[in-house]
Amino acid sequence: MNLIAPESLVFWTTAIFIIFFFLLKKFAWKPILGAVKGREDSINKALMSAEEARREIQNLKADNERILHEARAEREDMLKDAREIKNKIISDAKDEAQKQSHNMIEAAKSAIESEKKSAMIELKNHVAELSLEIAEKVVRGELSNKDKQLELVESLLGKSSLN
Amino acid sequence: MIAKKSIKCLVTVILAVLPFFSFAQHGNEHGEEETEFNANDLINGHIGDSHEFHMFDYDGEAYSFYLPVILWTDNGLTIFSSKAFHHDNSGHHVVEKGGHSFVRDTEVIYYTDKYETLTADDKNAFNFDARPLDFSITKNVFSMILSAIILFLLFSAVARSYKKNDKAPKGLASFMEPLITFVRDDIAIPNIGEHKYAKFMPYLLTIFFFIWINNLIGLVPFFPFSSNLTGNIYFTFVLAFITFLVTTFSGNKTYWKHILMPPVPKALYPIMIPIEFIGMLTKPFALMIRLFANITAGHIIILSLVSLIFIFKTPAIAPVSGFFVLFMSALELLVAALQAYVFTLLSALFIGQAVAEDHH
Repeated sequence: MNLIAPESLVFWTTAIFIIFFFLLKKFAWKPILGAVKGREDSINKALMSAEEARREIQNLKADNERILHEARAEREDMLKDAREIKNKIISDAKDEAQKQSHNMIEAAKSAIESEKKSAMIELKNHVAELSLEIAEKVVRGELSNKDKQLELVESLLGKSSLN
Repeated sequence: MIAKKSIKCLVTVILAVLPFFSFAQHGNEHGEEETEFNANDLINGHIGDSHEFHMFDYDGEAYSFYLPVILWTDNGLTIFSSKAFHHDNSGHHVVEKGGHSFVRDTEVIYYTDKYETLTADDKNAFNFDARPLDFSITKNVFSMILSAIILFLLFSAVARSYKKNDKAPKGLASFMEPLITFVRDDIAIPNIGEHKYAKFMPYLLTIFFFIWINNLIGLVPFFPFSSNLTGNIYFTFVLAFITFLVTTFSGNKTYWKHILMPPVPKALYPIMIPIEFIGMLTKPFALMIRLFANITAGHIIILSLVSLIFIFKTPAIAPVSGFFVLFMSALELLVAALQAYVFTLLSALFIGQAVAEDHH
């Protein structure tokens, strides 16, 4: 192997490598590594904020769910209350009506009773008057002569007894 | 748009260096005799480094891209084009420049007068007495500069696209970003830790892409690629040494305490402390050898498969070679990425061990 003079390649390699290293470091590696790092950071940040947003949305969703749930429960409660109120109103009304009708029936009954009583009394009175008139007429006829009158009175008194 | 701009830049660079091109006739100094094919020389030539960038041969002439030779001699810097050697690599062609005369033997440049006195054993790259210091822009240095330019254009374009666009990445950025986040999320953070990784990211990213693109450049078999930079042990040595320095200088109290006062009986300290120090060195040493051996091995296998055709001297073997070369190239594509990953991963692991807090 033709190794030529060792100092040539050792010298030039050292010189060129050192110059090359510092040139590349300044003009290539620093900007490239900086840009790559910067971009990675920004990607990481974007991902993190996306994650944050996702979590927030999830929280929001959970909140919505909870609110919806509560609203549903409230509606359920309200409906139940309404149903109870309705039933109560109906039963109250029924009771009231029953009481009312009962009262009315009672009143009607008592009215009928009193009417009947007064009608009875009137009827009695009427019957008494009628019998008096009949008696008067009969008496008038019978009593056209004195004997007969007496006979009659006696028979009448003897037979009929006033009820 | 960004890609178009980058191509424009690349074309500009190529046009700017075009004057360095020239076509030289291969010096037929050895005469015209047929030389025996030597797979060793071919492979060594291809996986090694060189002063000029050989492009192709045509009609017995070699066409090369001549890179500058930069020598540090007693008279100071001497710079000339590698064309001056006329492709000679056997110490025959003498070049007079800057008050000295040089010859080149197997890609090592010696002073001519001292070269004459050397025995075959002394002719090696570590014989600093016989040669000037050589800081040439070699084929590997050239390809390293090329890869640095490509990477810089690529990633500064990506960085610019982020300035305009702070949303999802587009185009080039969307292609590069997964790689960058891969280094960050699968290499840096698991090994160094969430709190301390950021400081080491530029280094890890730089070595990852630098090694990877140079591995890939090594797999492209034509100019201006085809160098074997990451398969060169000097290159991997420098990278591993930088990892060693980064590890050592970022080591915290726990790290040093573990080395200087390991949790063993005091009587064992004379053994343990040297072992811990050796351990500090073996880790980057393993990094150096691993990358070098993996990449060089891949190149050697591919070159050996191609050499089979010339060794058997029959084109009948070509389909077999071709198939295996295709297979190996596909495998090498994987290895190119894998070795860049492993080097970066282990660097991150060593750094992580040095900065880890005490768990005992």
